[in-house]
Amino acid sequence: MASRLMALWDWFDARMPTVAEEYRKHMAEYYAPKNFNFWYFFGALSILVLAIQIVSGIFLTMNYKPDAALAFGSVEYIMRDVPGGWIIRYIHSTGASAFFVVVYLHMFRGLLYGSFKQPRELVWIFGVLIYLTLMAEAFFGYLLPWGQMSYWGAQVIVNLFGTIPFIGPDLSLWIRGDYVVGDATLNRFFAMHVIAIPLVLLGLVAAHILALHDVGSNNPDGVEIKKHKGPDGHPLDGIPFHPYYTVKDLAGAVVFLAVFCAVLFFLPEMGGYFLEYNNFNPADPLKTPPHIAPVWYFTPYYSILRAVPPLFNSQFPGVMAMGIATLILFFLPWLDRSPVKSIRYRGVLYKSALAIFVVTFLVLGYLGTEPVTVWGQAGAWLGHADRATVAARILSLIYFAFFFLMPWYTSIDKTKPVPERVTM
Amino acid sequence: MKKLLLALALVPVLAVFSAQASEDGYRLDHAPIDPKDLLSLQSGARTFVNYCLNCHGAQFMRYNRLTDLGLTEAEIRDNLLFTDAKVGDTMKVALQAKDGKAMFGVAPPDLSVVARARGADWIYTYLRTFYRDPATPSGWNNAVFPTVAMPHVLWTLQGERAYGPAPKGESKEAGKAEEGGHGGEQEMQWTQLTPGSQNEVQYDTTVRDLVNFLVYMGEPSAVNRKRLGVVVLFALGILFIFAYALKKEYWKDVH
Repeated sequence: MASRLMALWDWFDARMPTVAEEYRKHMAEYYAPKNFNFWYFFGALSILVLAIQIVSGIFLTMNYKPDAALAFGSVEYIMRDVPGGWIIRYIHSTGASAFFVVVYLHMFRGLLYGSFKQPRELVWIFGVLIYLTLMAEAFFGYLLPWGQMSYWGAQVIVNLFGTIPFIGPDLSLWIRGDYVVGDATLNRFFAMHVIAIPLVLLGLVAAHILALHDVGSNNPDGVEIKKHKGPDGHPLDGIPFHPYYTVKDLAGAVVFLAVFCAVLFFLPEMGGYFLEYNNFNPADPLKTPPHIAPVWYFTPYYSILRAVPPLFNSQFPGVMAMGIATLILFFLPWLDRSPVKSIRYRGVLYKSALAIFVVTFLVLGYLGTEPVTVWGQAGAWLGHADRATVAARILSLIYFAFFFLMPWYTSIDKTKPVPERVTM
Repeated sequence: MKKLLLALALVPVLAVFSAQASEDGYRLDHAPIDPKDLLSLQSGARTFVNYCLNCHGAQFMRYNRLTDLGLTEAEIRDNLLFTDAKVGDTMKVALQAKDGKAMFGVAPPDLSVVARARGADWIYTYLRTFYRDPATPSGWNNAVFPTVAMPHVLWTLQGERAYGPAPKGESKEAGKAEEGGHGGEQEMQWTQLTPGSQNEVQYDTTVRDLVNFLVYMGEPSAVNRKRLGVVVLFALGILFIFAYALKKEYWKDVH
């Protein structure tokens, strides 16, 4: 039996040696640093979540109806009448949030260990493109259940494009395909969500991984393992991705799946953060909800948008601020002037800046889920402004300061000497 | 690093808890529902088809799904199905949306997933806080949902009640004995005008059962979901032991 299989493999390999070559290049002979820690699980987990979303998405499309009159009912049909349908739906809805959780943690890892720095700038840029594409994917997908939050969330976000001077109104009309979000919008968002954006996403993921495997992985010490190679030509501090990291990531994936399933089976709504309560009301174009909040993964940027005061009755400055807040990520490799990569050898300035940035991002995210009145009004000294708005303004400035002041504080920061080899 | 992780893990937990704080306005009572109490669910289903299903539909809920509540299809057909619908049909209502709009000013919403939109506590409090108000078209008003279009459909059970500011200087006992709700600085109180066919405890139980049923109907697979979740987590726990042992074995030479 075994020899038969080997013969079959030899037959295949003789005709298509690429498969074995690529397997060696990306798995069996891809040398990854041996000192990966907890933070290095989230890249592989992102791939896992991507696979989960694609598979569960395929099964959802078998029963979902992209029609304004039928969409809401078809989701409930999946939840009730399709055998196992509720599991598929919750896998997909929990997966959407899980995707952002692992991607945010993966990006934070990059900030911790300077993974975006030379020579990995392209890896980072492809990563930011994946993040932006993922946002588009989530936005298009969120309209599909055709609940009140789906509908009004889409209305608000499409209207953001309407604030762009001159071309705005025509642009938002072009995106919607109607004067309000309607059946035409639902149909095209469905097309974008199930095929157009996923194709882009898969291409970018491939580019992200290929770019990474060309330069090699960073590690928690931020030292280049390729500098010290053994007589066999392999890095002394590297171990083959397969089997070492495949078995390690397998254990990590099981832990992740346990957390994922705990949410899926016991808290699928996650207190209204993963599935918003108001989205169980069917979309009603005539009834604007009193409080429209995007899903949690967009809320830091939504907070920044709301924090910027309108200019000449236009929300465009806020939209610009939101756009810059995401696009600035592309420039991170050139904003950081520190000679060291890892947080372990950086000085107090970068460490504090990163800590403040994380808190800022989380609080902005929280504020974005709440109405601006959530913290009440300030005293007369602030003109009785909403406290939450004042806080969001300050935090937005801190968000931008983290990036715009980075060339300054990273170049004067007092760094520690970096070891030659990785530490375990 | 550990402290940072702990802090990051706490943030969503805190956020979830703060989201469950009561909405502004009338304080919501906790609905003492039990999704595994089949008798309560059956009683709620009976109240639902008798009182709610005349104006509100539940167009995503099939009658024969009520077998979840320990009923046979024959029992469902004989006790809960009053229209010419088949037992495999969904709980549609004869009232047309536009007629409903003409009658009440707003079409009665479908109730299939209302418990998921409003929450059990909201419905439980709402159905117990109707009061007489001559200023509204229906003659009824509600403390949780002011100027609601729906009249008090369960009024023969609860009787008629009034809700207003407590007279100054009088004992607050009357108000306290009823509900603890208050709408601002002024002390508000409930007064029973005419008795209903049920006393307060009986009525609360009726509403509890109805809300229990609405919550069940919002997600009929919820009980099953949690049961399956325990099995899945247990299986993942076993799988982790093997996955971790495998990792240990492979990594024992990496120093």
